[in-house]
Order: sequence, then structure tokens, then C-alpha cells
Amino acid sequence: MFILKLLFKNAFRRKLRTFLTLLSIAIAIMAFGLLRTVVSAWYSGVEASSASRLITRNAVSLIFPLPLAYKDRIRQVEGVTQVSYGNWFGGIYIDRKNFFPNIAVEPKTYLDLYPELILSPEQRQAFLRDRKGAVAGKALAEKFKWKVGDLIPLQGTIFPGNWEFVLRGIYRGRDENVDETQFFFHWDYLNETLRKTFPSRADRVGFYMIGVDHPNNSPIVVQVIDRTFKNSLAETLTETEKAFTLSFISMSEAIIVAIQIVSFVVIGIIVAVVANTMSMAARERTWEYAVLKTLGFGGWHIAGLLLGESLLITLVGCGLGMGLTFPAAYLFRKMVPLYLPVFQVEDETLFLGLLASLGVGVLASLAPAWRAIHVRIADGLRRVG
Amino acid sequence: MPSIVEVQKVSKSYRQGGRRVPVLEDINLDIQEGEFLALMGPSGSGKSTLLNLIAGLDQVDGGTIRVGGVDITALSETHLAAWRATHVGFIFQFYNLIPVLTAFENVELPLLLTGLSRGERREHVELALRVVNLKARMDHRPPQLSGGEQQRVAIARAIVTDPTILVADEPTGDLDRVSAEEVLNLMERLNRESTKTIIMVTHDPRAAKKAGVTRHLDKGLLNDVHSQAPV
Repeated sequence: MFILKLLFKNAFRRKLRTFLTLLSIAIAIMAFGLLRTVVSAWYSGVEASSASRLITRNAVSLIFPLPLAYKDRIRQVEGVTQVSYGNWFGGIYIDRKNFFPNIAVEPKTYLDLYPELILSPEQRQAFLRDRKGAVAGKALAEKFKWKVGDLIPLQGTIFPGNWEFVLRGIYRGRDENVDETQFFFHWDYLNETLRKTFPSRADRVGFYMIGVDHPNNSPIVVQVIDRTFKNSLAETLTETEKAFTLSFISMSEAIIVAIQIVSFVVIGIIVAVVANTMSMAARERTWEYAVLKTLGFGGWHIAGLLLGESLLITLVGCGLGMGLTFPAAYLFRKMVPLYLPVFQVEDETLFLGLLASLGVGVLASLAPAWRAIHVRIADGLRRVG
Repeated sequence: MPSIVEVQKVSKSYRQGGRRVPVLEDINLDIQEGEFLALMGPSGSGKSTLLNLIAGLDQVDGGTIRVGGVDITALSETHLAAWRATHVGFIFQFYNLIPVLTAFENVELPLLLTGLSRGERREHVELALRVVNLKARMDHRPPQLSGGEQQRVAIARAIVTDPTILVADEPTGDLDRVSAEEVLNLMERLNRESTKTIIMVTHDPRAAKKAGVTRHLDKGLLNDVHSQAPV
């Protein structure tokens, strides 16, 4: 109790300096938390992916389509329970900056395959009935203030033309990992239009989404599907949904690595800030440590006092920083709701922040503790009174 | 009376700019139990160095020092720290109280190294503060006390563990005349009533007069012995 009191009194002896140090730590921990959350948000699609879903695409590249006829042959593969298909549409809503993922899908099988997209039965029926109907995620609808029944115009890029959809439903995610910024509509609507405007592009799909009966069967199903279309004009590449998502993320791996490096640089900076504070404090109190040694306290007692003070400062700063991370993440999510749709501060991020703070506390006290332990009592007591 | 401190052929030097500067040479000194000894001498004569050696704050280059029968020159740094905690009480010129702690907490500090319970520590601290007549100000921090009061708190801290010897380095050097007199009277009372052995380094002849014995140190050598009746 006495020691704890002494630690508190020492830590807050120079109030302004301690306040500024706490502020630095809090800002750094908040920055660390935000950067780690950005990385987590990037991987949120991977977290949300199902182990019992596969994606089949053209083996050459995702931009090359596959024949619609593959659907029935895939459905016949043992272990396959459901087959849906779709095309990345890439339409622009009013302006390019209003980016959101929009895809043409076979609606019934798609909704069956993705039960995490929660849609009311009435909206589901309305969507399935209307060939020009579309469904948007809750975050997307809130962003553009869309209501069910609204007419949504999209300007085609991959599929040129002006396209109009009637919003028939707004889905919400079953849990917080589910992306609520998607927009999907009937693949048939796209295909029928293509038959009239670009017949050569009709009856082709960008990718198949496949449900398997058990995740353990996925490797075999993957092999069978790809073997089925071996040596055909459009060979397939089938992979788990997780691997498919990861392959997308790997395209921006350099950015993620840079963000991760910066997040650790931030920790390095707070080590320097706290070490500086602790060094100044220890230098000012050299005579006090000499007095304690005179009274019989050992070097390790003094090292313990410095370590305790350093940990106290970093942990208080860490607590403040973590407290700030949540409102900061909320604001960040509000600012870029469509680019990082799942932006949640995870427990792992908080744990990493706490671990980093403990590390900072220990590292920052090493040099001053070493000096305090080794100072000769006679030298320490030699001060201007 | 038996000797409580025996200094035999002690020498000490410091290195200064690569040069060895001798401070003490072949010093012999016996201090009797219950003695109040004043060590005097000009600046740089080595009196504080000798005090530090007797108190186990520094290591000798040669010779031995026995305090209460223990050869402290043979103790390791760790054992020396433990020995100081129970056998030596320190009084410094500049009080050296921890400024963020109250008078009570400053006096309690040395007791943290003992196995005493919180209640027992409180009893000891209150007793020590009563001896120096500062119990009423035990919740004050050093900056809220006068110089004389701070030195009395330092004396309470020095006696709270009931040490074998009390060492004081210029205890009145930073005090006005009245406060200095109070502190010296207190030390004299401790010596007389509790038969505490006190070794005091001082420049002040008035302070030296309070001591029973005065030794002069000059150029690293101990000179004459002056005994005087207690004032």
C-alpha cells in the first residue's frame, strides 16, 4: 500500500510533464488501435467467410467469364449442396466516389447460400418477384438514405449503359463481421439485357458460389470440379471462400504491411517518450535514491520503484488511449463507411495495446533503473541543498 | 566501556582525472559505546569520507572497520545494505527527506525493510515523532515544515529502527542558530538518556561543544582528542 502510494505520488510529482506524457501515450495507443483496426477491417471478409462455401472462377483470371452451362455439371458433383452464380457489375452510383460493391446474382440460390444476410420474408419475396429488384445492405442504404421502393440508377462500366433498379429489400448482417455495404440484383436482368445489346457476352458468369455438405469435403470437391473442366475452353480454379478473399487482400498486401509497420513505429515512439520522462525523473531524484540506499534499500528496490512508476504511467496512458480508440473508430467508420464496412475494435487489438504498453513500461525504465542501481551513495548525496 | 566502533589502519583515496588522490591514510579510531563524538576539520580533510566509511556507505581501500563486533569491510554490497538498515541511523545536512511523503511516511520508510506489521510500524513512528516533539505535524510534508522541523523529522527517521550508531553529517549546517540549538539539544538528549552512540561531522565549534569527545582530522590524519564534560 505504502509503495503504491509512493508510486502514485512520484508519477504525478511533475504534473505537467506527466500529463503531457500521458497524452502522448494515449494518442499513440489510440493510433495503434486504429491502425490495427484498419488491418483487421481489411481481413474482416476472411473472418466472415464460410468454410463450407467454395468459389469457382476462370483459371486464367477473374475477368474471364465461365459458361452458364457449368452450373448443372457442378451441381452434380458429390458433396455440392447448392450452386449460385454472379457477375461483378462495377456500376457507378451518380459519381465514382460513391463506390460500393454491386453484383448481379442468381437471387434465390444466393440468399440460400448466404444466410448471414438477414432479409425479412416480405422483402425477400418482393425481391425474388421483381426482375429489376435489388437489395442493399443496411449501412449502404443509410449512407445514401435509400428506402425500399426507391429507384436506384447505376451507370454501367463493365456492362455499359444506364441501369435502373428498384430497391426491394435492405438486409442486415447476422453478426458484426458481415459486410452491410453490398448491393445485389437479378443476374437474369443483366443477362437478358446483354442478349439484346451484347449477345456474345450473354449466358456467361463471372464466378460460381458453391455450397458443400461439410467443410471436410471441400478439398475433394475442389479437385473434382477443377478436374471436370480440365482441358475445356474455360478451365476453372476453385478455392475456398477464405482463400478467394485472401487472394484479393494479397493484392494490397504492401499497404497492409506498411500499416502494420507504422503501428509498431508508433509503439517505438512512445518507448522513447516514456524513457525520456523516466530518465528525467530518475535524474532529478538521484539523491532520493541515494537516501533510500543509505536507509538500506537495495538496488532492486529502487529499480522496482522506477519500473512501477513507468508501468503506472504507461498503463494509465494506455487506458486513456483505449478509451479514446472507441469514439475515434466510430468517427472513422462514419467517415469511410463503404471502404471499410466492418470496422470494429477487436479484443485482440486491445490486448495487443495492453501488451505493448507493458512492454513500453518495462523498456522505458531499464536505462534509468540501471543508472539508479549503479550510482554510488556518496555521489548521489552530493547535491546542492 | 567497550568500543562500539573500531577503525584500524583505514586508508581511502579517490581517482581524479586519472590521478590517485589520498584522502585518509592509516586512520585508527576507537569509539566507545554511548559516546558522542564530534569529527572536526577543514574542508577536504576527509571527515565526511571517514563518516561514510564507518556508516558503510563507501568501501575502504585498506584496513578494517568493526561496528558492534561486525567487520563491515568484509560485507558484500547487499549485506552492507541490510546491515545499515538495522544498525545505522543517518542525519544529513540537508535533511534529505522525500518531499512527496509526509513526516510520518518519511519516518516509516526504514521500517518497511523490517518485518513489522502496519500497526507496529505506526507505534514506532509515533514514538519517534514524540521523541522529537513533532507528533502534531506528522501529516505535513517536508515543504510545509521549517528547516529545524525537517531536521527533527530526519532525526526521528534515524532513530526509529533503534540503530547501534547514529551518524550525522553537518546536521546544523543548513539551520539558523535557534533551530541548530534545538537539534543539538535533541541529539545530546538522545545520547544522554538513551545512551545512543553518535558520530557527528561538523564545522561548527558550538556543535562540537555538545559532543563529549572531539577529534580533529587534517590532511587525512587524525589528531588530538578533546574530551569535555557534557554541556
